[in-house]
Amino acid sequence: MNYQWNWRVFYDISGDGASTYAHNLLAGVGWTIATALFSTCIALLVGVAIGLLRVSPNRLKRGLGSTYVGVFRDIPLLVQMFIWYFVVPELLPESLGNWIKGLASGPFLTASIALGLYAAARVGEQTRAAITALPKWQLMAGIALGLSRSQVLRLIVMPQALRLLIPSLTSEMVNIVKNTSVGMTIGLMELTARAREMQEATFHTFETFAAATAGYLAINLCIITAIRAFEAHAPSIKQRAATTRMAEGLPA
Amino acid sequence: MNLTPITSNLSYLLIEGLGLTVKLTILCAGAGLALGLLLAAVRLYGPRWAQTLVAWYVNILRSIPLILVLFWFYFLSPYVIAWVIRSPNAVQVNAYISALITFSLFEACYYCEIIRAGVLGVARGQEFAARALGLTGMQVMRSVVLPQAMRNTGPILILQAIVLFQDVSLVYVLSLTDFVGAATQIAQQQNDMVPMYLFVALVYLLVCFVSTQGVRRLQMRLAP
Repeated sequence: MNYQWNWRVFYDISGDGASTYAHNLLAGVGWTIATALFSTCIALLVGVAIGLLRVSPNRLKRGLGSTYVGVFRDIPLLVQMFIWYFVVPELLPESLGNWIKGLASGPFLTASIALGLYAAARVGEQTRAAITALPKWQLMAGIALGLSRSQVLRLIVMPQALRLLIPSLTSEMVNIVKNTSVGMTIGLMELTARAREMQEATFHTFETFAAATAGYLAINLCIITAIRAFEAHAPSIKQRAATTRMAEGLPA
Repeated sequence: MNLTPITSNLSYLLIEGLGLTVKLTILCAGAGLALGLLLAAVRLYGPRWAQTLVAWYVNILRSIPLILVLFWFYFLSPYVIAWVIRSPNAVQVNAYISALITFSLFEACYYCEIIRAGVLGVARGQEFAARALGLTGMQVMRSVVLPQAMRNTGPILILQAIVLFQDVSLVYVLSLTDFVGAATQIAQQQNDMVPMYLFVALVYLLVCFVSTQGVRRLQMRLAP
């Protein structure tokens, strides 16, 4: 085998004639993190709302919640991204569609929204599991004290349920970071896209993909460490998380 | 909306495209399950060094994107194969074979974790009781632990295969014509993405919805 090892390839100037490959890869890491953060915000906001719909006493709202989860979970992320990127602008009024297609940050916004809404389906299921894991008498006691249903949810149920969500957030965020790579198919220049670009130009396959792998491992290690540190501040969470996981039928 | 590109290419889309997706899913789920069982056995009962090795393999592969794993195998295997067969030049590998290997190895990690959790979920006391009754280690595994572990994890294993069915769409980055690849080809020829991608989404939705309902039925049946 005549593979030419060269770890200094990262200092070479890339095809754009100005920046080094190392610089490009780091820019890719930046876009990966930005997309992941933006999607996480969307996933949490929409996901918690979906979780609340799923436990509503209103049949219509429950149906709405489960339809959302079904649709966004049963279509591959790649197809969802294509739909947001290629289909939705066509279906909007022409001027609005053209404006969206002309946006320079189009791939970033589209990938973030698509990924956020995709992950929201899973966050919604976890929220529902967290809410139903809480003892039912808390709700009854709250109502008996004269609180309205929304007050019970806001003041008693959600503060506990959100805490229960924290442990599952780790795997959710790791998933989101991994899934940002699907954004490369609609032109988002995140880490995998940058690595592919560098591999194509230099043929230093091993060095390039090793760097990208190290990048993802580093990002995910940061997430795991951060959430663990956060959890350590609230020891009771772990205990309760075990209860939730048992309620979900997962090993504690 | 113009539906003729879909109706006139229906056999290409469904037989060539969706056919490849289904074929990859079934082959990789099977190979992944077999390999996952092996990895789980090593992680549970193997020597300490092998346990650590498998744990690293599983954890690293599970924390990097599937697209990156696809690239790793597709672009690096020509060099590895050349090295193995002592060829002076890189050997070009077929994208299909490469995807097949990648998905099998990748799914094995997930199956390994699911099976391991299932085995650990069977109460330890049963194992001790079986040993006390005079069964050998292998017998305990085969007739006490595994049947229960499989019943507990069976539905989850099938759900994982449904996830794989969706993940196979990522072979798009290797320019394979799976279902999404075939749809993209036709949509680009006709320069009309809207009906085609909606059709693709609908088919995925239908297939996944029906199979998820099936798994739920199975889960109800298996529940003790």
